[in-house]
Amino acid sequence: MTTSPETAPAPAGIPDLPDPRSARCPFDPSPQMRGLAAFGPVFRVRNWDGKTPWVVTSHAEQKALLSDNRLSVDFAAPGFPSPIARHGGGEGESEVHGEAAQDGDNHGVTDLSFVGMDDPEHARLRRMVSGVFTIKRVEAMRPAVQELVDGFIDRLLDGPKPVDLVQAFSLPIPSLVISELLGVPYGDHEFFQINSKTLVSLTATPAERHSAHTALVDYLDQLVGERLGNPGEDVLSRLAAQVRAGELTRREVAVMGVLLLLGGHETTANMITLGILLLLQHPRQAARVRDAEDPEVVVGAVEELLRFLTIAHLGRRRTALEDIEIAGQTIRKGEGVIMLGELANRDPSVFPDPDRLDITRDARQHQAFGAGTHHCIGQPLARMELQVIYPALLRRIPTLRLATELDQVPFKFDAVIYGAHELHVTW
Amino acid sequence: MKITVDEVKCCGAGQCVLIAPEVFDQRDEDGIVILLDAAPAAEQHAAVREAASVCPAAAIHLGEEA
Repeated sequence: MTTSPETAPAPAGIPDLPDPRSARCPFDPSPQMRGLAAFGPVFRVRNWDGKTPWVVTSHAEQKALLSDNRLSVDFAAPGFPSPIARHGGGEGESEVHGEAAQDGDNHGVTDLSFVGMDDPEHARLRRMVSGVFTIKRVEAMRPAVQELVDGFIDRLLDGPKPVDLVQAFSLPIPSLVISELLGVPYGDHEFFQINSKTLVSLTATPAERHSAHTALVDYLDQLVGERLGNPGEDVLSRLAAQVRAGELTRREVAVMGVLLLLGGHETTANMITLGILLLLQHPRQAARVRDAEDPEVVVGAVEELLRFLTIAHLGRRRTALEDIEIAGQTIRKGEGVIMLGELANRDPSVFPDPDRLDITRDARQHQAFGAGTHHCIGQPLARMELQVIYPALLRRIPTLRLATELDQVPFKFDAVIYGAHELHVTW
Repeated sequence: MKITVDEVKCCGAGQCVLIAPEVFDQRDEDGIVILLDAAPAAEQHAAVREAASVCPAAAIHLGEEA
């Protein structure tokens, strides 16, 4: 099957999504979308499946819509603008996964627990686990994370160079942190890292993504089973208690576990890699992070790096449940809406001179973690990890530098979460 | 200044707790906002305005009456 009845050609002049970043400006949003944003913050695009959802580019309108309960996150809604159901087939082909092109299913998007649910069910599930990520609990983890990071830097310094920072540092640290928090044996990290990478790949086939998701859910299900009879202090035990109380099914916990495991390592790992790479391109700002005595300097730098990089770069996708008037346009009930966070985070009305990395600016209004009730649940943990990692690496290895040219870095233009597949560094 | 918080909209991000810890806290069980002081003293007002503006869920509302 190569098409579906609803994939009629869009009117000429409508820009295509996905719209990749430019390889020449790997830290910046797609130049085409930015150019169009100059004509107005709400316009139509043609999604890969032929549908023509709306794109929203401005900060204020995105924040308003992300907090608006007239928009649904349900992947199964008929108008939902799916980000990732495309085959990784031949160049230029618009082969569409048959099942995914039909309305009423998940549009090829895997079950990601409450991420794909609307309130009140979303809130019910999310609030069973959100207490794990309070500021106090995350702060209590900071010394252990610092120790973990120092150990990894010791091993970097003792090991061969150049070294791939992704495999030796960026990926294992958040994987270990989230494994321990959840109660997932870190010894299984190759299994869950490989399957997680498939889940966020845009070039994996739907069958490959499905198989990766099933493998992860089955794995988590087994761990939940162990916790049912023999609970510990970890998050899976906390959720297993909800199974015993009849509030959640075992599968719901397993799927939630996959979400937390995936969200806890893949995203943070990419922020570590790209943040270090970006700081290496800005040595004076890197020096400020390295030499900062005031922790607020590092806190501010992390916010600016989150703003500037916005690694969740495929848009926050919703379907209108009612007609919505916004910025002079009318989004009709049933139409898709895509909030491009990387453009909100370069909105000059909120961030003056937005394309300049400036770790001293107040970047806290950024939407790198989204906004509204679906705001990233793990962000306090991600922020804390980044606040520990950037200064620690720059202090302990002050001569850290890229071992290749920038244009040889394999950026993840092909992933739901932006990053780099490898980053070879030396000192 | 009169503060109200919307517990339904709150996403438990904790930004308010970091910015104005004398005015906001989080519930242990789910991280949802606890309003410690609905009418804080003048020296807290700047921090409270900042917390309201940074709140990712726009769950903090400010009124001006005492």
